[in-house]
Amino acid sequence: MLKRLLASREVILLGAIGVLLALIATRFPGFVTPANLAGVFNDTSPLILLAVGQMIVILTKCIDLSVAANLALTGMVVSMINVAAPGLPIVVILLVAVGLGTALGMINGLLVWKLAIPPIVVTLGTMTIFRGMIFLLSDGKWVNSHEMSDAFKAFPRAQVLGLPMLSWIAIAAVILFTLVMTRTTLGRAFYAVGGNPHAATYTGLNVGKTQFWAFAISGALAGLTGYLWVSRYAVSYVDIAGGFELDVVAACVIGGISIAGGIGTVGGALLGALFLGVIKNALPVVNISPFWQLAISGSAIIIAVAFNARANREKGRIILKSAEHTA
Amino acid sequence: MSTTERFIPDRLQSPLATRLKSWESLLLLVAIAIFIANSFASPYFLNAWSLSDATFNFTEKAMIAFAMALLIISGEIDLSVASIIALASTAMGAALQLGAGTPVLILVGLGTGLLCGAFNGVLVTRLGLPSIVVTIGTMSLFRGISYIVLGDQAFRGYPADFAFFGQGYVFWVVSFEFVLFVLLAIIYSVVLHRTNFGRTVYAIGNNPTGALFSGIRVARVKFILFLLTGLMAGVASICLTSRLGSTRPSIATGLELEVVTMVVLGGVNILGGSGTIPGVFIAAFVMGLVTFGLGLLNVPGIVMSIVIGALLIGVIALPRLWAMWRK
Amino acid sequence: MARNAAAPVSPAGAPEPILALDAITKTFPGVKALSEVRLGLYPGQVTALIGENGAGKSTVVKILTGIYQPDGGAIRVNGQAVTFATAQDAADAGVTAIHQETVLFDELSVAENIFLGHAPRNRFGLIDWSTMERKAREILRGVGAEIEPSHKLRDLGIANKHLVAIARALSIDASVVIMDEPTAALSHKEIQELYELVDKLKAQGKAILFISHKFDEIFRIADRFTVFRDGQFVGDGHISDVTESDLVKMMVGRDVSQIFPTRNSQIGEEILQVAGYDHPTEFADIGFTLRRGEILGFYGLVGAGRSELMQALFGITTPPKGVTKIDGTVRVIRSPADAIHNGVVYVPEDRGKQGAITALPIFQNVTLPSLSKTSHRGFLRLAEEFKLAREYTRRLDLRAASLDTELGTLSGGNQQKVVIAKWLATQPKVIILDEPTKGIDIGSKAAVHEFMAELAAQGLAVIMVSSEIPEILGMSDRVIVMREGRIAAELAGDDLSPETLVRHAAGI
Repeated sequence: MLKRLLASREVILLGAIGVLLALIATRFPGFVTPANLAGVFNDTSPLILLAVGQMIVILTKCIDLSVAANLALTGMVVSMINVAAPGLPIVVILLVAVGLGTALGMINGLLVWKLAIPPIVVTLGTMTIFRGMIFLLSDGKWVNSHEMSDAFKAFPRAQVLGLPMLSWIAIAAVILFTLVMTRTTLGRAFYAVGGNPHAATYTGLNVGKTQFWAFAISGALAGLTGYLWVSRYAVSYVDIAGGFELDVVAACVIGGISIAGGIGTVGGALLGALFLGVIKNALPVVNISPFWQLAISGSAIIIAVAFNARANREKGRIILKSAEHTA
Repeated sequence: MSTTERFIPDRLQSPLATRLKSWESLLLLVAIAIFIANSFASPYFLNAWSLSDATFNFTEKAMIAFAMALLIISGEIDLSVASIIALASTAMGAALQLGAGTPVLILVGLGTGLLCGAFNGVLVTRLGLPSIVVTIGTMSLFRGISYIVLGDQAFRGYPADFAFFGQGYVFWVVSFEFVLFVLLAIIYSVVLHRTNFGRTVYAIGNNPTGALFSGIRVARVKFILFLLTGLMAGVASICLTSRLGSTRPSIATGLELEVVTMVVLGGVNILGGSGTIPGVFIAAFVMGLVTFGLGLLNVPGIVMSIVIGALLIGVIALPRLWAMWRK
Repeated sequence: MARNAAAPVSPAGAPEPILALDAITKTFPGVKALSEVRLGLYPGQVTALIGENGAGKSTVVKILTGIYQPDGGAIRVNGQAVTFATAQDAADAGVTAIHQETVLFDELSVAENIFLGHAPRNRFGLIDWSTMERKAREILRGVGAEIEPSHKLRDLGIANKHLVAIARALSIDASVVIMDEPTAALSHKEIQELYELVDKLKAQGKAILFISHKFDEIFRIADRFTVFRDGQFVGDGHISDVTESDLVKMMVGRDVSQIFPTRNSQIGEEILQVAGYDHPTEFADIGFTLRRGEILGFYGLVGAGRSELMQALFGITTPPKGVTKIDGTVRVIRSPADAIHNGVVYVPEDRGKQGAITALPIFQNVTLPSLSKTSHRGFLRLAEEFKLAREYTRRLDLRAASLDTELGTLSGGNQQKVVIAKWLATQPKVIILDEPTKGIDIGSKAAVHEFMAELAAQGLAVIMVSSEIPEILGMSDRVIVMREGRIAAELAGDDLSPETLVRHAAGI
């Protein structure tokens, strides 16, 4: 049992993050103070939220490249609503963000489910369409900090028990989706559908419909993050979070989620995101130009997927009696 | 044998009849319709120079699309092509700083493309990793290296004779890029449709295991296809760098999407196994004409991306919707 | 044995079928898969569904499990007409299927595989893992399996996976259990255990639909039979009222006794010598020779390492140790391309995955390994390709509309002919046929046998891997029996009998 636990992807990744932090700490002890680490976590929260959604999509053998565009579009819509009606309570803004994000995710889901279009094609397409729609909505203009209401901007920064709301939302999402994935039938359906679609059909699961719900969840989280993003950075324009979908996929791949579907955990997505988050926040501290970040996350994706492939390599059939004990 | 000799005809339909009913014929009609619509929409359209200008919208992308078509038919994909353009352009800029002349620049551009293609190819065929994740990784890695080298700077001051590749004309309004595009279309057409190599690409795309059991060196063929795609990205990088006259790390961002769209619009099955080069050739014109037509109507670039995204999804969705409707 | 324990079946008091198909019709574009078929399943009885490939058996299974919906006719549960719109509907009605290949979920735990879709919940509506694992343990113990419910399914062997599939059937308290070729991947011992389980299920009053190609097993286990031919109902009744040849007659619509062609080949010089083949996990100490004009049979239980050995010989997997001599010269075969170059070709067992490129036209399938011959400096010559394809498809008596028809549109038997034609077109010295007649109809089977004899007569050396004893005995000059990755015996002449084959294969 212990052996199993030690061999698990999550434990290895946790160890890697620990080693990384230790290395940084030898030169820059200030980086590993609780306050700074809390800051790193808060900074990584949007990535965690999106990675959890992406993980569910990847589990079902799909991919959602439209998350960052969804985030940006939802962010623009809620900031424009805020400009138009500054008095609207934040609860309404949150509902709009989640609702719109879910709807956009459902569009992806419907195209995958009802028309059986490959997910990569669907989400590459909707990614550009969503970005284009932001331009149409905003006329290419920015929504700046001074146009947003104070309440709108304050929500993600509000301190609760020493942590900002943004961090708490990420923590809540991780707990909620850990429960969903391990303790609900829908959660287990995601695993079944991605692990063996053929068998899932025979078990009475509707593969397309399950994938549809995965896209809806990914969309909901992207929409929620959209509001949190524009309010935290207090700005909204066409290109916010440009290319962020790659970081999200990177977090998942690093977190041990198999692109072939059926393998992965919420914990893995969380740790994958934190790994990238630590690197991103450490770069300026250790005096490396932020321009390195793209290449580092690219390398991390490649190393992680190579590592996963090695771990999951098909073992040959064991026929010889003598080989049974050694294997 | 026990039964009487039975005659099986080679074909039931003449090749011409098959061709007339093909996707390519439909696409050609669409191209002609857009051409006519454009000429009504704007008085400036039917002008030799403006038409010639319009071809720059698609020639560089189409060069990559030809190689990408083969790669997608074989069941793989390369999302890193735009980043290869950036890295090749950066390498040329760096060579320029070291005093390289045009011939060396060309070699550096092509060589970088080949190296990047080889890197993708090794990861996919040697380590057996899924090409979609590998090339999402190298997409970050290659462009990341450009950012490391350039940061927010740019390389400028390319030699005057280097400008020929992106700005030169072979005679009258016929640009060098357009001639190269037509030439490459012919070469790739012959390779895919008239050689043993082309046949093996189809076989691999339809059934990689079956192809392997038929004595085809599957890994080698796929590796060559990654090389070719990298090489074409190198060629496109030379043309684009020459046309822009400078290198920034953000060069050609998002171009991979348009290349994939062109390939899919050309009738290549995104899941592999079928597609033609003439189809991609016509698709290049369709996309060029749409972009150009919208440009004449003063539609901004980002809105055109909505059209591109919608085309990508629509091309696959419409036939399926039509089939559902008829049922 | 608990035969008929739960439901007495005197002709007068025959029980009502628990599940019945009534005049079911199912049409696919261009094909009528089922035409007004009927089928009745009775509590406590095993009904064998018999028919050749393409008779409509798998379509019936898909209709019974809600994957397909019939175009006409009625499904009745206890006499009431019902519709199975989804697989869930069928499961709710108590129908469950255990499939040919174990169709379960490798990445999920054993307990979850058993309870997926009907997991026990706690009062918050969340899955109750501890109850689930406890119940799973009980059910597994009931089928005599010592499997830890929390382990992932991927860590289990094929036989244990099968038991999990059966445990799943029991967990949903199914009244109807469909077993689709359940013994296809099992060893002799595991098959015996499966029989005992089926008897247990019968004793619990479950109705069982048993689909199998093996007559010995049908007569061992079934109480009733139903025969389909070409999507139509042919007959049904009690198994005790019929003989094997009656069933075969119904299946093929004519009187067939399996006759193998008379062999009159001259066995010539040694062409292939294999020595010292060793693989870390799949086989060891393999050595044999093959002569021109000879048919060498490889017999063994499923999973004895025969296909693995042949694939190593063909260069799919490189054996770490071993020498291959062809015509007396040592040859290094690292890839199928090397093998073909040296005149060794392999007709694989898994036709759909390894043999046929179904989306390509027939002629392109035939010429695929011979392109270097039909082309000129790497450029295709279609006329040459058609010529080659014409020649070899004619020799195999292929039936198809045209040579540019997609291979996938042909029947299994005709696809197999194309795959064999493809290899003959390379003009090999040695041809390896792995289960050459598996899953093809009796007519094509005879044609393949006849053709093998013809090839041997022309001086080709043939290796035939087969799990069918009649085929092995009927076709081979010499037989090598493999057991657990090693050669157990080499038999020829008077030593060849069903008993010796089975004894060596099972190691008794």
